[in-house]
Amino acid sequence: MSQSLSSVAVHNVGLEQQRRSDRRRLIFQLVLLALALAAPFVIYPVFLMKVLCFALFAVAFNLLLGYVGLLSFGHAAFLSTGGYTTGYLLTTYSGLTPELGILAGTATATMLGLVFGLIAIRRQGIYFAMITLALAQLVFFFYVQSDFTRGEDGLHGIPRGNLFGVISLQDNLSMYYFVLAIFVLGFALVQRTINSPFGYVLKAIKENEARTTSLGYNTDHYKLVAFVISAALAGLAGSVKTIVFQLASLTDAHWHMSGEVVLMTLLGGVGTLLGPVIGAAFVVSLEHQLAQGPLGDWVNVILGGIFVICVLAFRAGIVGEVQKFMKKNFN
Amino acid sequence: MSTDYVLETRNLVKGFKGFIAVDDVNLSIQRGHIHALIGPNGAGKTTVFNLLTKFLTPTSGQILFNGTDITSMKAAAIARKGIVRSFQISAVFPHMTAIENVRVALQRFEGHSFHFWKSQKVLNSLNERAYELLKSVGLEEYANTQTVELSYGRKRALELATTLAMEPELMLLDEPTQGMGHEDVDRVVELIRQAAVGRTVLMVEHNLGVVSKLCDRITVLSRGAVLTEGDYKTVSANPQVREAYMGSEEAEVEGAH
Repeated sequence: MSQSLSSVAVHNVGLEQQRRSDRRRLIFQLVLLALALAAPFVIYPVFLMKVLCFALFAVAFNLLLGYVGLLSFGHAAFLSTGGYTTGYLLTTYSGLTPELGILAGTATATMLGLVFGLIAIRRQGIYFAMITLALAQLVFFFYVQSDFTRGEDGLHGIPRGNLFGVISLQDNLSMYYFVLAIFVLGFALVQRTINSPFGYVLKAIKENEARTTSLGYNTDHYKLVAFVISAALAGLAGSVKTIVFQLASLTDAHWHMSGEVVLMTLLGGVGTLLGPVIGAAFVVSLEHQLAQGPLGDWVNVILGGIFVICVLAFRAGIVGEVQKFMKKNFN
Repeated sequence: MSTDYVLETRNLVKGFKGFIAVDDVNLSIQRGHIHALIGPNGAGKTTVFNLLTKFLTPTSGQILFNGTDITSMKAAAIARKGIVRSFQISAVFPHMTAIENVRVALQRFEGHSFHFWKSQKVLNSLNERAYELLKSVGLEEYANTQTVELSYGRKRALELATTLAMEPELMLLDEPTQGMGHEDVDRVVELIRQAAVGRTVLMVEHNLGVVSKLCDRITVLSRGAVLTEGDYKTVSANPQVREAYMGSEEAEVEGAH
């Protein structure tokens, strides 16, 4: 009897810890949400939307790198596929509402993610990165050559339309709250995924793949599902971004974009939920600030320098270092 | 009268680019036995393990589990059939707690391992069973400890608990006492003895003291081929074995183990 009591006690310790950290996280996130709701009254909403789109993109990417340990170097393909699909459909079919355009863009990116995943997922490490890069380059050149993307010119003047056919998104403020809602949904999906039974298997795979296999898990299937979720969310980010800027161009398909999301994620803190959001905000702000000043041509050099410093000195990224500091001093 | 074999290999061969690591190996593991695979370094013991669990694909030959051919099955499928292995280096998930380690093995049976939309709270229903398993290897105090903080011996015990969670019919243990102090060795030997009740165990082991205490039957590998097979007495009396393997280990046999 006393033994079963102690067993209950041990569970309770674990469960109580879990509950407490869940509650703390929820409160923290509600504060952030309140800030995000108030932000457009202080900061230019278009800039904020840009941050949110890239943040969603980086969060999607981080699901793979941070929680499965897979470095994809082809995520630009999903961002641009979402963008081009949505952009093309909304310019071609004037009756289409933006949410349907976004759904279509996300669905196309998801399918492309499945194709990429089926080809690449069996490879490990650098081979996986190289295959995703090669496939993304294939997609890039397809978009360069295709008529519907208008090649170097890109798609311009994509109509924002009316959400559900009712709410006009022409106004930046309503557009912002729509983008924020999508970002919150995407973020919540990733948070749930990594804290789900599926997320536990992903963690096991990241920690020791051979052992996970020997416990009867077909690890390739789990990695593939994670890859497809990541591609879908990257596509979603691309679709939304296209509607915000009413523009779809080759920039999003270029491998620079795949590199930039790696940078955002590592700077912010890989394997932390908030890291990629902070990283995206940091990089987008920096680019924005520098572009206006005399250092405009040096953006990439400065970003590169920051990246080097980050890798050498702050390997855990901004959020990762803060977490380490908090753990050391307040626990 | 035919003996009941859990696992058999027929003319198992594995070659790596012009080098034969496993050469025409025929193993028969009797149900309920603790069977040891011994041999000098480089004899191909771990390669045999990797072949049996399909972490490597045999060049030729057959592997039979309960009489059915499993040669073409994948590693994860073999594990689901009931052949579960451990590894030479302790195979745990370092940044999970001990109880979470065991739960990873248990949760596969629940059929929700692909459900990325469900909360991890559904896993809490497995805590009771996971805790029982931890208790069976003496780790109940460490249930909420991060695995990375456990001592080496405890990591191996945790690994065993995780393996037992799979309810394996056949356990393959790759050097379970490697790198352990005497106290840990004795504990692990006891754990294996307990775990082996109602199961079959095939183990690679260097420590002949452990082998002599634990194992019903021993197969000696040398240069990828079976040198001889039998119980400890027969094997240790074989002059070829003494020359190929025990000669260098004699001191150890008579030593502290």
